Amino acid sequence: MRVLAAMSGGVDSAVAAARAVDAGHDVTGVHLALSANPQAYRTGARGCCTLEDSRDARRAADVLDIPFYVWDMAEEFREDVVDDFVAEYAAGRTPNPCLRCNEKIKFAAVLDRARALGFDAVVTGHHARLSDGVLRRSVDLAKDQSYVLAVLRPDQLAGAMFPLGDTTKSEVRAEAARRGLAVADKPDSHDICFIADGDTRGFLARELGEAPGDIVDAESGEVLGRHDGAYAYTVGQRKGLGLGRPAPDGRPRYVLSITPVQNTVTVGPVEALEVDEVRADRPVWTNGSPDAAFDCRVQLRAHGAVFDATVQPTADGLVARLAEPARGVAPGQAIVVYRPDPAGDVVLGSATITEAVRTATV
Amino acid sequence: MAYLDHAATTPVLPEVLAAYVEAAGRTGNASSLHASGRAARRAVEESRERIAEHLGARPSEVVFTSGGTESDNLAVKGIAWARRAAEPSRDVLLIGATEHHAILDSAHFMAERQDTTVVPVEVDAAGRVTRESLAKALTPYAERAALVSVMWANNEVGTVQPVPELAALAAEHGVPLHTDAVQAIGAVPVDFGASGAAALTVTGHKIGGPVGVGALLLRTDVACTPVLHGGGQERDVRSGTLDVAGVVAFALAVELAVRRRAEQSARVSALRDELIAGVRAAVPDAVLNGDPADRLPGNAHFSFPGCEGDALLMLLDAAGVECSTGSACSAGVAQPSHVLLAMGADAERARSSLRFSLGHTSTSADVAALLAALPGAVDRARTATAVKRPR
Repeated sequence: MRVLAAMSGGVDSAVAAARAVDAGHDVTGVHLALSANPQAYRTGARGCCTLEDSRDARRAADVLDIPFYVWDMAEEFREDVVDDFVAEYAAGRTPNPCLRCNEKIKFAAVLDRARALGFDAVVTGHHARLSDGVLRRSVDLAKDQSYVLAVLRPDQLAGAMFPLGDTTKSEVRAEAARRGLAVADKPDSHDICFIADGDTRGFLARELGEAPGDIVDAESGEVLGRHDGAYAYTVGQRKGLGLGRPAPDGRPRYVLSITPVQNTVTVGPVEALEVDEVRADRPVWTNGSPDAAFDCRVQLRAHGAVFDATVQPTADGLVARLAEPARGVAPGQAIVVYRPDPAGDVVLGSATITEAVRTATV
Repeated sequence: MAYLDHAATTPVLPEVLAAYVEAAGRTGNASSLHASGRAARRAVEESRERIAEHLGARPSEVVFTSGGTESDNLAVKGIAWARRAAEPSRDVLLIGATEHHAILDSAHFMAERQDTTVVPVEVDAAGRVTRESLAKALTPYAERAALVSVMWANNEVGTVQPVPELAALAAEHGVPLHTDAVQAIGAVPVDFGASGAAALTVTGHKIGGPVGVGALLLRTDVACTPVLHGGGQERDVRSGTLDVAGVVAFALAVELAVRRRAEQSARVSALRDELIAGVRAAVPDAVLNGDPADRLPGNAHFSFPGCEGDALLMLLDAAGVECSTGSACSAGVAQPSHVLLAMGADAERARSSLRFSLGHTSTSADVAALLAALPGAVDRARTATAVKRPR
């Protein structure tokens, strides 16, 4: 096959490209330029689209002896990922930009362009297993990225190759070293690639401006403090509330909800975070929409805990009833539905969380 | 493999390579006083005379450098600094709008850091600086102008400038003219003395010589402040131990390029016309950029409406045809060419461009390989471009 290897400059995508070459594919490397101003994004282990990363990717392509190009996707990335990220926070939700990037950039804009140029698939270094349209968790559960890939439709998965799903991260690094790839010991990238200093709150303040409002107690309705912008808070957050005094019961307060219209952040005790029913919309089913309720496992945030659940498909989404309560379920995050399988849990689909409630009493 | 990127760099001529290898095997610093040094110096000076002879210069006017970028930096900064030192009111640089970045960025450096004003000299739709356009830029600044820099021939679209005419106009106002002639040597007649230019850039690797060696032809009555300081080589204008083997090979390349120019440019321009006709037949809406007549014999530069140049380049590369978008990259991302923008093209047309440049190794088979691959590549690139920008 003619495959396009998306090469970030990191070790995973370099080894994935190498494996595609070994498998006999005709491989072309492409680095995605996602920033209109790449220097701005360059700090330590953060970021995935600095000039240095671009050079690392090119060097890896040279070692593999494959053609290499840089594709300018800055405009698409800004519109579909960064602007979406900002708008979601402004609406009181907590987005996952990596998931959006996979959905809109890597396996949409890039895959579509690749197909138009005569390529059959896009190969990436994601840690997940994919064969015959079935997406499973990586064997390396600590590095598993099936959560941020679960948003892909079947036609997108049909054009994707993830050669690293059966390999642990440490094995990938060892293999990179064996292959003479200089990125073998390059640090993993962390956090959000387009927020170079890791200061999401500062980034949002620059994008959205300050919007001071009240921090309100969920039970008493009392105003406990002020905030500079409700968008900077996430359900389940405890740190950085800046409440000057302890709650009457002396226990810490957590963000329970964000109400953009009133611009309030509502806080309460930890048990008020517990939910056992999660509603979600914009469903994507990897293998057709189920027609009846079914038992499964769900994951409610990246690298988050997994819950046994019963999922009921609805007209425009799903309702998941959790066997055990979950804490800190934030609207805007994805609920990913897995079918337990000894050969690796299988992704059945995903949807965007709209609401999480408590139906049973403790 | 069809190599259609001679404007980027040319294959080294076999006789030049042999001369390089032979000279590189000998020890000697041309500044040393002993026998080895004398031998090295002799090789350098013979090379200097050889270059002077073939480019219409005097040997004392040849300042060896590391190539085009250094020569351009030396001319823009060095002449501007020297003129400013002699006459503090001379603080304006007149720079052709389609110059290479070695000129543009040197001028912008002077504007940002050295309190200098840069005035662009506009080009017409064919990329040409006319006498009128230089007059328009120069007249308001005649008392303040330190230097005019207009390239002999454009590296992207191949348009050849009327340098003697422009130099004469600059001279009427007492302003020196520098010209970057790296693309012109061996392609069109270049006579430094007759041109009236004060300084002229030439480099080895565009004419079948090695990369990393070139010269600034600099009239001895034109003051130039050094950019590189050190041992005082090259009239104190350019310090640094001379690359004897590079200089020897470069000089031979200049001689061969000039001696073979008439025959070579006739052959190459015939091939180029074959290429242009073939591209027009294969892609009827392709637009030839640059001056249809006054252009480099090896240059064919097209815009392909609805195609992104970088997609087309990738597809042609995969088919074994090597060409260029011709424009500078920023982090590997092709920017819309400032040359085409200066010629009045919009960003979309600028992004849809490809440069095919032929040279001494080009054959009909290269042109045929391009024409075989091009129609399919254009179709695919159009589809991909439509997919990418449906907004």
